[in-house]
This record gives sequence, structure tokens and C-alpha cells, in this order.
Amino acid sequence: MAGYIARRLVWMAFLLFVITLLTFIIFSVLPAGDPAVARAGRQPSAELIATIREQLGLDKSKPTQFLNYIGDILPFVGGNGVYFGFSYQNNTEVLPEILERMPVTIFLTAGAVILWLAIGIPIGVLSAVKTGSWMDRLAMGIALVFISAPVYFLGLVVLYLFDNKIGIWKLLPGNSAYLEAGSIGEKAAALFLPWCVLAAAFAAIYARFLRGNLIDTLQEDYIRTARAKGLSERRVVFRHGVRAAITPIVTLLGLDIGLLLGGAILTETVFNIPGIGRYAYNAITVSDLPVIQGTVLFGAFFIVLMSLIVDILYAFIDPRVRY
Amino acid sequence: MAARSPLQLFWRRFRRDKVALAALTFIVLLILVAIFAPVIRNVLGLPDPNAGSTEALDDFGLPAGPSSEHPMGVDALGRDIMSRVLDGARVSLLVAFIGTGLSVIIGVTMGMIAGFYRGWVDTGIARTIDVLLAFPVLLLGVGLASACSGREGCLGGALQPGLTVVITIIVIGNWPYVARIIRGQVLSLREKEFVEASKSLGASNTRIIFREILPNLVAPIIVYATLFIPANILLEASLSFLGVGVQPPQASWGQMLSDASSIISSAWWFMLFPGLALLFTVLAFNLVGDGMQDALNPKSSRQR
Repeated sequence: MAGYIARRLVWMAFLLFVITLLTFIIFSVLPAGDPAVARAGRQPSAELIATIREQLGLDKSKPTQFLNYIGDILPFVGGNGVYFGFSYQNNTEVLPEILERMPVTIFLTAGAVILWLAIGIPIGVLSAVKTGSWMDRLAMGIALVFISAPVYFLGLVVLYLFDNKIGIWKLLPGNSAYLEAGSIGEKAAALFLPWCVLAAAFAAIYARFLRGNLIDTLQEDYIRTARAKGLSERRVVFRHGVRAAITPIVTLLGLDIGLLLGGAILTETVFNIPGIGRYAYNAITVSDLPVIQGTVLFGAFFIVLMSLIVDILYAFIDPRVRY
Repeated sequence: MAARSPLQLFWRRFRRDKVALAALTFIVLLILVAIFAPVIRNVLGLPDPNAGSTEALDDFGLPAGPSSEHPMGVDALGRDIMSRVLDGARVSLLVAFIGTGLSVIIGVTMGMIAGFYRGWVDTGIARTIDVLLAFPVLLLGVGLASACSGREGCLGGALQPGLTVVITIIVIGNWPYVARIIRGQVLSLREKEFVEASKSLGASNTRIIFREILPNLVAPIIVYATLFIPANILLEASLSFLGVGVQPPQASWGQMLSDASSIISSAWWFMLFPGLALLFTVLAFNLVGDGMQDALNPKSSRQR
């Protein structure tokens, strides 16, 4: 087990290095424009551009710039005390800005995860047990619609219907509500619609996934054995079937959480929730490259981290994985 | 009795799924609509998708709703929404088809090379796939698209913002999945008796790859391509929604939704029609993909 974890850790470190390199290439090597010019403002003098180039280290060779960038990400290596570079927009360091928005994104993700598991798993199990029934068909039909609907369209529709300022039925806090929310209760209320919208698509995916897995599992020999032993159907389905069928969901869940923690950019944009995703979106609208680069890297980091956690968890649950 | 090819068997099974067949019909119609969008516009007497007119805006600059002149209303610049939804279909399908097609070509080639030759080539390709799969596509897309959004573009101007960037992102994001699936299939196919038979007859590697192995991959390739297309339509729409995909004034559904988001309370039609177009298109492809998966794999668990 220790050897397995060690191998995964080495792989994770390698992945993070490659991802950092790719991000650096995308943002610093590919663009034909000069970042110093982008930063200098309108009609800059040649001296100003030269000064900025020197300040940002843009006059150095690309490999040196890459080493400097690694130093920015891992300040204990580079020791230059810069965290993820500076925003073009307002010259603030990127990492503190991201971390400041982290709690909002975690809150959004956590609520949505709980909601979609609470909806998706029961529907998946019921659909698998009652395969072919009208309920199964209806549930899977609705699920496919939610999978096909982009979150921002769904988001706009629920805002149009339920937003307490502009909606037809002024029921719930909607767009920008989080910005005005003070107490934790108000914040939760502000996130209710985003949670539902985000959970809708994921609940649909999980229900479909679990249903397929459970149907396959219920065909296994050991299920027949369990039935032959005279166990109740409820016990067969839950203790023997669901338990085995739900394991792959751990992987799916881990990766989805990793994806959302990096910023639920579309959901946060539609509802104007001040999380990491909205930070990235604001940066996109003004081409603030260091901020976008920082959020991309941060997001990729979460995905790699979560896939590591998932791999290790999985090795505990299913010992066959530890090769 | 003539033997049926795998593709014929596949079609016979697919035909039985009425919902999938209806969805396929919808897709064929949609493709026709996309191709003949300018003709349809003329027949219906709709204005050019980029022609804005202030006449369709009221005194407060708010757009007018659906009318006989503008069946889906107009947007904030007074442009006809139906005309733009039709034009958006062209972009959406074009990007998804080209992107998916290129991903499949690259993915199948890489997957076959890795699976057939094995050894260090396989290790190299498999590791590359693992790295790329660890990279979130939307984030990567946002990064690449915004890095290339400057006036100069990327790679000395070779990669301009807009369609090229979106297609590049789709290809980078998709080919690893295709390659991984194909590699697995080839690894098992290459051990089959018919490959051995061909080898013992003195067939070259090229012949074995193209004449023996590739035909067996056609059905899974079609199925996976059908499943990738809706995902790519959504990806294009998402990038355009975020402002880094298809560039204005070219109409695209994602961008229309983004423009509509600030005035949903006063112009529901601006958000509704592009949104429904996107939803129905993706749904149709998903239904066809599901049907194809069942037809390819009759033991599959979707319906029993």
C-alpha cells in the first residue's frame, strides 16, 4: 500500500510539473502579443515598456522565465515572494485573491454535491430496481434533458422564473444575491438556486451512471446466491447490489468535486457569485492573463489532487487496484 | 443467406429504437437547416443575421418581442433572433463536426499505433494521454482562448481567436479519450485468430492494421463520435458564453445567451430561443448516441 501511494505521489508531482509547463507555454510562449505592452496601458513610451519588461523578467530567455514562474508558484523554491504573479488589472497578487474567494466556491460546491447525491442516488437505485417501468422511463428521460441543458441556460430560466427581483414569481434570492448576503443563512439562501441548477445536471449523470452499474451488478452470480440464501429483496439490493455498484461513483465524485473547486465558472458567472470561477470570468472580460493563468493552474491542481485522493481511497475500498 | 456486416447488424438493431430514430431525423433536418440557412432566411423574408435596426427597439432601447416580422423577436442591437439562431446552428454544427472529426482521426491513429506496436511507443502515447486527461478541458480552453485573444493571436498569428481556437481546444480535449478507447480495442483485437491468420498468410503490418483491425473499429468509432458531438457543441457554446469562443459579430448560441443574460426580465425571447436550440440539438445527439450504444452493445444495461 505504501509503495502504491508513493508511486501515485511521484506521478502527481510529475503531472503538476507538466501542467505548469503547459500552462506556461500557453500563456507565455504561444501569444504573439507582448505582455509588457498589454500592461503598460495606452500609448506607452518605449522606456516604460523596457522598464516593465525588466520588472517582469520578460527580457530573460524563456527557460529562465519558466524557472522564475515556478519560483512564483513555489515561493520556498524561488524565494522571490511573489504568489502566482500580479494581475494586469489592479496589480494585486493572484494567489491571495484566489484564496480569498475559495470559501465561496467551497460553499457552492459542498451544497451542490449534497443535493445531487441526495437526488441522484435514490433515483438511480429505484430506476435500476424497476427497470422499464414508467417511473424509470420518466426519470431517465428527464435526466437526459438535464444532461443536455447547459447550466447557464438552466440558470437563466430559473432566474427568469424565480428571482425575487426580476422573476415572474418573486420567490428566491437570485442574481448577485450572494454579494448582498450578510449572515450565513442569507448566504445559503442566495446559493439555493445555484445549488439546484448545478445539482440538476450532476444528479442526472449520477442517476444514469448508478442505474447502469446496479443493473449490471444485479446480474452477477453472487446476487443470485444472496437471493438463493433467502435474503430479503431489500437486503439483496442494498447490502449486496448498491454497495458494489456505488464504488465507481467515488471516482466520479472525486473528479467532479475537483473540477468544481477549481471554480464553477459557468454557474458563478450566471448567478454572479463571487467565487474563483467569477474571478476567472472577470479576468477573461479584460484579458487579465496572469489571473486567468493562475486560476487555470489552481483548477488543474485541484483536479490532480482529487484524482490522487480518489486513487488512494479506491485502493482501500477495492484491494485489486493495488498492483 | 448473405452474411450481414457488423454495420448492417448495427443498423437493424438501431432502427428498432423509435425515440433514437426520431432524434436522428431531427438531426438530419437540423443539418439541412444549417446548410440552407441563407435560403430559408430568404424564403421567410428574415433580415441578415448581422443587420441591426433601431426600428425594432422601443424608446428605451429595449428589443421587441416575437412578431410576424421577427418570429423570435430581436436582440439588444435590433438584430433578428431567428436569423441569428439559424446562423448559430451553422457555427455550432460546423465546429462540433470538424472538431470531432479531427479528434477521431488523430485519436484513432494514435490509439492504433499504441495498441498495435506496443513497447515504448505505447508507453509514450499512453503517458501523454494520461497527462492530457488530467487537464480540465474547459479550463484549458479558457486559458488557450484568452491567451490567444490578443490582436496578434497565437503562434505568430497562426492561431487566431474564434473558430480555429475552439476547434483546437476540442481536438486537444477529445483525442486522448478516443485514443484510449481505440488502444484498448486494438490490444484485444490484435490477439484474435483472424489477425494471426492474416499474419501467417504473410500480410504486412499496414495491411493488418487497415484491412483487418480498422473495419472492426468502425462501429465503436461512430458511436463514440456521436457521443462526443453533443459534448463539443456544449463546449463551444460554453466558451462562446464566456466570451472566448466564437467572436462577434458572428452569431453563436452561447454568445447570444451571454448577451441575453443582462436583460432576461425584459426580453425573455432573447434567452429562450438560442437556449432551446442548444438544448434540443444536444438532446437529439445524446438520444442518438444512447440508441447507438444499445445497438452496438445489445447486452448493455440501458433497456432490458
